[in-house]
Amino acid sequence: MTVFLSQSFTGISIGAVLLLIALGLSLTFGQMGVINMAHGEFIMAGAYTTYVLQQSIGGAGVSLLLSLPLAFLVAGAMGVLLEWLLIRHLYARPLDTLLVTWGVSLFLQQLARDIFGAPNVQVRAPEWLTGNVRLIGGEHPFTLAHNRIFILALALAALVSLALTLRVSPLGRRIRAVVQHRDLAEASGIATARVDRVTFFIGSGLAGLAGVALTLVGPIGPTMGTNLIIDAFLVVVVGGIGRLRGAVIAAFALGVLQAVVEYSATVSVAKVTVLVGIVAFLQWRPQGISTLRTRSLV
Amino acid sequence: MSTALRAPRARRVRRRGLAALALVLAGTLALPACGAKAGEESEGPGATADISEDTVKVGLLNSLSGTMAISEVTVRDALLLAIEEINAAGGVLGRRIEPISEDGASDWPTFAEKSEKLIRQDGVAAVFGCWTSASRKAVLPVFEQNKALLFYPVQYEGLEQSPYIFYTGATTNQQIVPALDYLAEEGVDSLYLVGSDYVFPRTANKIIKAYAEAHGIEILGEDYAPLGSTEFATIANKVESAGADAVFNTLNGDSNVAFFKEYTSAGLTAETMPVVSVSIAEEEVKSIGAQYLEGQLTSWNYYQTTEGAANEKFVAAYQAKYGEDKPTSDPMEAAYTSVYLWKAMVEKAGSFDVADVKAAADGITFEAPEGLVTIDGETQHIHKTNRIGRIGADGLITEVWSSDGPIKPDPYLKGYDWAEGLS
Amino acid sequence: MTATTRPDAATAAGPAATSPRRARWRAPLGFALGALLLFAVAPAVLSDFRLSLLAKYLCFAIVAIGISLAWGRGGMLTLGQGLFFGLGGYAMAMHLKLADAGPGQLPDFMLLYGDSDTLPWWWAPFASPAVALAGVVLLPAALAVLIGYFVFRRRVRGAYFAILSQALAFAFSLLLIGQQATTGGTNGLTNFQGFFGYSLLDPVNKRMIYFLIAGVLLGLMALTRQIFLSRYGELLVAVRDSEERVRFLGYDPTLVKLFAYVYSAVMAGMAGALFVPAVGIISPALIGVVPSIEFLIGAAIGGRASLPGAALGAIAVAWAQTTLSEEFPAGWTYFQALLFIVVVAFLPGGLASLGRLLPRRPRLRSRRAPGADPEPEPDPREAPARSGPATAAASSSTTTAKEAGA
Repeated sequence: MTVFLSQSFTGISIGAVLLLIALGLSLTFGQMGVINMAHGEFIMAGAYTTYVLQQSIGGAGVSLLLSLPLAFLVAGAMGVLLEWLLIRHLYARPLDTLLVTWGVSLFLQQLARDIFGAPNVQVRAPEWLTGNVRLIGGEHPFTLAHNRIFILALALAALVSLALTLRVSPLGRRIRAVVQHRDLAEASGIATARVDRVTFFIGSGLAGLAGVALTLVGPIGPTMGTNLIIDAFLVVVVGGIGRLRGAVIAAFALGVLQAVVEYSATVSVAKVTVLVGIVAFLQWRPQGISTLRTRSLV
Repeated sequence: MSTALRAPRARRVRRRGLAALALVLAGTLALPACGAKAGEESEGPGATADISEDTVKVGLLNSLSGTMAISEVTVRDALLLAIEEINAAGGVLGRRIEPISEDGASDWPTFAEKSEKLIRQDGVAAVFGCWTSASRKAVLPVFEQNKALLFYPVQYEGLEQSPYIFYTGATTNQQIVPALDYLAEEGVDSLYLVGSDYVFPRTANKIIKAYAEAHGIEILGEDYAPLGSTEFATIANKVESAGADAVFNTLNGDSNVAFFKEYTSAGLTAETMPVVSVSIAEEEVKSIGAQYLEGQLTSWNYYQTTEGAANEKFVAAYQAKYGEDKPTSDPMEAAYTSVYLWKAMVEKAGSFDVADVKAAADGITFEAPEGLVTIDGETQHIHKTNRIGRIGADGLITEVWSSDGPIKPDPYLKGYDWAEGLS
Repeated sequence: MTATTRPDAATAAGPAATSPRRARWRAPLGFALGALLLFAVAPAVLSDFRLSLLAKYLCFAIVAIGISLAWGRGGMLTLGQGLFFGLGGYAMAMHLKLADAGPGQLPDFMLLYGDSDTLPWWWAPFASPAVALAGVVLLPAALAVLIGYFVFRRRVRGAYFAILSQALAFAFSLLLIGQQATTGGTNGLTNFQGFFGYSLLDPVNKRMIYFLIAGVLLGLMALTRQIFLSRYGELLVAVRDSEERVRFLGYDPTLVKLFAYVYSAVMAGMAGALFVPAVGIISPALIGVVPSIEFLIGAAIGGRASLPGAALGAIAVAWAQTTLSEEFPAGWTYFQALLFIVVVAFLPGGLASLGRLLPRRPRLRSRRAPGADPEPEPDPREAPARSGPATAAASSSTTTAKEAGA
């Protein structure tokens, strides 16, 4: 029973990490159609921001909290730069964005290596994030780790803010208008190019946020992004395009599936199972869990 | 489909294309008419080193990009330090060493390509480098075919003895077996095995299981994570509920960071369930964070804190060259030592010729930072002292136990009864 | 903006403006020139080492040819070619390992790392050279049929298809890594002694392998060119540019795409098989995400829809990687990255379209090279499905007004 409980929580916390790294993508890929392979490097930028901040101001707790907005800005700025330099020339060729941003990701990795050195760097976690809450003791304890709770909360907070922004703010309305009908939006006086840039800013900024969270659970180094990018894309693909709801369901479903299979088999088997499961799922629902219904000839 | 779509000129081109195709294929089939058959003795080229009056070239083959750069860049730095020191002291046989650095890019075929380039095109007298077993396996045929020398500075899984490789890192009986001896001495009755999914952890765990069976230690679980995997919540859960006396950790690189962060979050500590790691050295401690590692155990042949004048000199020189905050570690020390060993071999042989150098190898000693090391000519490994260390809050590792003097290398574990049938 | 027909797209699908007289000679001439370079010039001027590197590049060129059909002409972003490359490569490598070990013996790595004294059942057939050679072609083909049929039937396209292929390649490499006792794990299979009875240690034989690869490359280029020019080639381009219209005309786009996909898979499999004796290693590192993307990059840089462009691009990228990393071992990835970025972003037709920038010379080689087109990906506004979600949604005229939040 406790095994079941703790694995469920593990699955949910894996799902929270997946959701955090995929939220930004569900905007840039899901809403704009840009296949940004450098998304992983924006996550890396967020993580390094935390590192730099901690190096310069010390206190683990303060620097972690401060780096949340700062990493959002840093990664967002990088995203805007990328959009302005390259992506905006490629909106007509979405598949090419994959190759171009792959080049960008190679570039950023090497840059990180030259700035921060090839070895991983260390970010100290604040005291209040290192322990755990013991709900059930005994031989098979059920514990909730503080850092996992923090990441879950952060993921949900990011999700809610994003959903609210998209749903009720004027900016969100403009973003949705552009996504749904670029020409009509433009005809209604929306500066679509500016909206694109802002959307990309938010999407990349969310990657930075994910980077901060990942310093609590994973390594911080030049290649940290490459390990995450495929998972992030799979979440968005399974979730379906254009809807946050799908991404949320997909992230938690994949997380729990991974945790369950992993417990009874090996990690590799779990990964392969998840991947094959995704392929099979897309047979059943090629457009993902949740889709924007249209009447176009697709 | 309408035939109008088919342009008339296409047909003419097509016929010509087919004729050309036939020609080429016929030519290709006729070509492989010469060359040695398999099994026939065909003398490989045996690359000749390009040695001038005052310089000799050596190759440095490390991943400077890709996932392995994390570890391998420091090895390259240590190699360069040794070369610099030797050059400052007059070089080898009166010749200055000229290092040629190549990037293996964490990609095994690239390692093979670059090693061939170093040997065949640059004419290096020896190559220093490689980290992963996969990269070593990839370059091994290149070195054997070209009769060139590789110095491999990393602890590895044993079961190998190429005549053209010198192994200056530990083999299993100099790292894993002593660690098990230590654990048995400490009264550990059960173990949990966690490793990355590649050849070193799998082979190491096979050895551990054989040892455990012979010594009455219970293995409560065995888990492998793909290389680069950073999600360890489940494994930490499994380890926790298994409740072993200790964990034997053969994870590599990045995965260690995630594993220890998860391990600590699960409330496990060095007091409740110690972890013995064989791939965590000072450099890794620094990137994981001592807060997650304090009190955990490692098994190596060298630590930054190892006592001795040679090590003081090495650490001082390294930090002077690369920065005060840079730690030194076992693979770096083994790399550093390998250059000096090569120098001693060349000087004993009085020549850079590979056959002469190999012949001179047996019994060469060097006062390395880890202490006195001796080359075992038969296995081309070196005698090394094992040291169990405990990770401190300052990120340094201090020795808590050591073997009685240098251990004779035994890559196939022939000297251990319980290891029969392992290879 | 919606559903406007771009003039460029129209010319891309129609016959090129090249004069027939020139076109008639260009292909055979180019072919002869290629043969001359590969069979006479390269062996004469390159050292054994460089020639063996060229052999490796040519293997990548073979993959690129398949990609130019499936991606350049068919519009399918085959992001998982490493999967098929690996299947072909492992099929060949398993045979070579068994041949080295001799009848009834286990390959060397199994003796060291294996758990059992008997050969796994799925290794046994590869002892026969005929089975191994058939496997090189049939394994990738069979898997591609399986994947392709289901994927195309369900009309999974564009980025979905790309990410799906990538996930499969990734899963395959994980699978191989996990089975160390029988696949060699991350080490892969290395250290081959012989190749169908010829010693691989002999430099003469290594040259022969180079010639073999060069011959196969030229042969496959000729064959692929015929496919480009055939009625099927026309149909494939039509499916790429507007799958729905082709469907309405009574064709089944699934089969059209399937053939191109399987063909490119077989190319990759053969390239993998030839890679093994030429380079001497096959490992999961050649199968996963990174190599799969690199296969594409070569074709993209050379010109994805132009056959010689794709092949030369693959060779050029591999060559540049070798040269740059030799010259600047510490910072070469910057150059590589910039090369990818600049060419793909600003020269979408690839280097093959450079010829078009010269005013006097009409398009090179290809009869209707969309590679020379400034936008070889057809206008997304025309083919919403393939061009990604945003534009798919953008082209829809029925998005709910409520959603738009006006």
